[in-house]
Amino acid sequence: MIGLVDHFPILQVLIPLLGAPLCFLLRREAIVRPFAVAASFACLWISTNLLGQVLDGTVLVYEFGGWARPYGIEYRVDILNGFVLVVVSAMAAVVFSAGIGQARRAIPEGREYLFYAAALLCLTGLLGVTITGDVFNIFVFLEISSLSSYILIALGRSRRALMAAFSYLIMGTIGATFLLIGIGFMYQMTGTLNMVDMAERIQALGATRGVFVALAFVVVGISTKLAVFPLHHWLPNAYSFAPPLVSAFLASTATKVAYYLLIRFTFGLFGAALVFDEVGIDLLLMPLSIIAMFVGSIAAIYQTDFKRLLAYSSIAQIGYMTLGLSLATQAGVSAGLIHVFNHALMKGALFLVAACIAWRMGGTSLDVMKGLGRRMPVTMAALVVAGLALVGVPGTVGFVSKWALVSAALDQDALMLAFLILASSILALIYVWKVVEIVYFQEPETEIERKEPPLRLLVPTWILAGASIYFGIFSSFAVDVAKLAAEQVVMAGL
Amino acid sequence: MNPDTTILLWAMTLPVIGALGVVALGRWPNLRDGWTVAIGISTFTCVVQLIEPVMAGVRPSFSLPGTMPGTMPGLGLFFEVEPLGLLFGLVASGLWILTSLYGFGYMRGHGESNQTRFFTCFAVAIAAALGIAFAGDLVTLFLFYEILTFSTFPLVTHAGTEAAVRAGRIYLGILVSTSVLFLLLAILWTASISDTLRFTPGGILDGKIAGASAGLLLLLFIYGVGKAALMPFHRWLPAAMVAPTPVSALLHAVAVVKAGVFTVLKISIYVFGIDFLAADGLSDIMMMIAAVTILAASIRALSLDNLKARLAYSTISQLSYIVLGAALATSAAAMGAGLHILMHALGKITLFFVAGAVYVVAHKTEVSQLDGIGRRMPFTFGAFCIASFSIIGLPPMGGAWSKWYLVTGAFDAGQPWMVVVFMVSSLLSIGYLMPVVVRAFFRPVPEGEEDGMKEAPLLILLPICATALACIAIFFYADGVYRLLAPAMGLGG
Repeated sequence: MIGLVDHFPILQVLIPLLGAPLCFLLRREAIVRPFAVAASFACLWISTNLLGQVLDGTVLVYEFGGWARPYGIEYRVDILNGFVLVVVSAMAAVVFSAGIGQARRAIPEGREYLFYAAALLCLTGLLGVTITGDVFNIFVFLEISSLSSYILIALGRSRRALMAAFSYLIMGTIGATFLLIGIGFMYQMTGTLNMVDMAERIQALGATRGVFVALAFVVVGISTKLAVFPLHHWLPNAYSFAPPLVSAFLASTATKVAYYLLIRFTFGLFGAALVFDEVGIDLLLMPLSIIAMFVGSIAAIYQTDFKRLLAYSSIAQIGYMTLGLSLATQAGVSAGLIHVFNHALMKGALFLVAACIAWRMGGTSLDVMKGLGRRMPVTMAALVVAGLALVGVPGTVGFVSKWALVSAALDQDALMLAFLILASSILALIYVWKVVEIVYFQEPETEIERKEPPLRLLVPTWILAGASIYFGIFSSFAVDVAKLAAEQVVMAGL
Repeated sequence: MNPDTTILLWAMTLPVIGALGVVALGRWPNLRDGWTVAIGISTFTCVVQLIEPVMAGVRPSFSLPGTMPGTMPGLGLFFEVEPLGLLFGLVASGLWILTSLYGFGYMRGHGESNQTRFFTCFAVAIAAALGIAFAGDLVTLFLFYEILTFSTFPLVTHAGTEAAVRAGRIYLGILVSTSVLFLLLAILWTASISDTLRFTPGGILDGKIAGASAGLLLLLFIYGVGKAALMPFHRWLPAAMVAPTPVSALLHAVAVVKAGVFTVLKISIYVFGIDFLAADGLSDIMMMIAAVTILAASIRALSLDNLKARLAYSTISQLSYIVLGAALATSAAAMGAGLHILMHALGKITLFFVAGAVYVVAHKTEVSQLDGIGRRMPFTFGAFCIASFSIIGLPPMGGAWSKWYLVTGAFDAGQPWMVVVFMVSSLLSIGYLMPVVVRAFFRPVPEGEEDGMKEAPLLILLPICATALACIAIFFYADGVYRLLAPAMGLGG
């Protein structure tokens, strides 16, 4: 057993990686579904175990083939990526479980194994990006996750899903190329791909033109993946035309991993001194984040489709995360990380609600949601709970995020910034309440009977909605872990 | 666990259990309503049992470590019973029983739908009000403050009509915006300069902030508490009158608005501290805002024909008495403010009960329709008269005491103009309340309307008489309340 635990870092990636082709070979729905769910739960178990091992500040290093750095490839787990691994695998476990009930309607008959194969591959990519300690590995895994998510998005029923997948493909490829060019520059300057090694050498190089160029390419590349304003155009289409479950999975994992990368590259590889003091990325990132918070929320107010509304809301919420980063303080990074966890919970819950609605009504436009408050009371209660979390009402996870972020801003004596953060959450109230009013106060055009979605869909939805409240009250898990992670990465770099 | 703490826990969880029970018993209306009353009585009993230890100087408390928001060490949900909170808890839970009885009569007499949802939200709102009453720090208070807003939203929009939805939007929009934009910012600001957010006798801000910043923080706090209905953030209260009358009576004359002024008082006494407020004229702006609200709302009330709207503006005006009491920053004024929470609650709930009774019995909503109705409903309008006297501040009604201390406090503070404000406002309140009484008793019944006596149903009439009598009784027993509050106001046991 001891031997197995030692191999957890590689198993974290290997299980979904091997699971994906197996799904493809098994094909039979009845086997594929429980298999994929089991794989995702195995990942969750491993990631929580890994996080438990590193919480005391130790860094787990797993050397491939016994080759130590700088020669071999290594996986590195510290608090920061341990935390992200847990978020990603937990969301995968919940969404895959929901998939059992959902996939039938959202995905064309007989193609369900494709969904699971692609989803497991995507999970492989996301976990791989997060866990690896090798820069080129990051690019490879990022491509694995991107390519599989193009498939996932294209599985959407409407024809426009193809178009959305295509534009995501283009934008994603541009982003990945930028990242690759940046990595190329870094490799050329340092002659190593190992992150620890590279960090030492880059910081020794100091503020040279080559480093600046590499930084610019890397940051733009990651920002495209992260959908930082104004590189966000792929996101609304991708999220709204993909099958609802895919949106739930991607919204609560893919952008979170990109955010992790941004932290890792800025604080870890290039070093805060260079990124913030020399180049002053915060001077660019902060206004962009604030614009994202407002533009995303205002756009969300005017949407007529629930999933599209949620997608625009995500752009605003990503703004909160990057704003935390742009403060360039421990409190700011920790606030961003808290929001990674919290946003995954609430946005996951809301997209699962969208999946319930799609299951019941065949679509998620706000028109079909009229009067659902009486027809799907249990589902709609989850919508209200997760929606309130999005607004940041105390007692929900959203409040914990807001508190952390505004505190971080006030630590810098930025009273105006604090006010702007709070003001943007009023916009969230507007778009959430618009939906609530439609659901509870409007009557459907044709009478529909009262019927809830199957438990297999409803239970995961409520697990996430319930978690949005539980972790909103008992907030110490996310807050403490994020704080430790931020401490490690801001103080010690890698 | 300390027995007092156990009682405190019960007092706060019972309404929640009550809400769950109401949901479970929804199919059997009689059982459901009986359950509500039983829970109301048990809750009130629990709160009453806290009086003795609190008067003996004990402060029952408990904390939940590891809870929200978690970023400050040692910060988690924290509850502590102190005199002012206990008074608010007593008012909210005691009047809940009477309002429940009244509510059954009203909702059934009026044939309202969705009564289960109604009484569930009602119980949650009371739980939230008790959470506010017993909150031991600013974050805990803010949590329940927001729960109260959201739990009363379904009550305001109960009718589900377009007008109700629009009113709900104003209600939620103003209350949430002010609380998030100003109150939360103020709390976070306080957190960034002070090492604690707990309510501490003498305040936590003295020496940490001064000058214009302190003034700005105070403004953020008092405007952040939208529930105190200071102008220009008062519009939500008249809008909320679209709700069924039991809601207007308990929530929008007692629980919600009192939660607002209670929060203002708490912040003045335990966060800023009366001495700090008094120093350098820090509270001058607050005083001005309150004075303007008192007068402007009274004048507005004069011109309104709709009875509930008139009462709503009267409430806005009376709430600012309490804010002004806090702003005067003397012990006597603070005592007056504390007493006024109770006195105004008893008076105003009676007035709203009457407005609802008239609506159920005669379907009348406007003051101009009330000619001669006192002869049809003598008990109801007798109660209206008593409660009006209390609001105006005439002895032997409870309202006389609170006004006495407020005016004394204004003299102590050396603010003769504020004495004038109180006096003018009393005259104005005569002007908007007495015409109702005069019309009801001395105007002839309009032609074509039946004349004989037709009182409200018993379930409605009993609570009306009870609260009206309480207005008188409290005049003679105000001493007990004074002794309860004295330690909090720095007046000695």
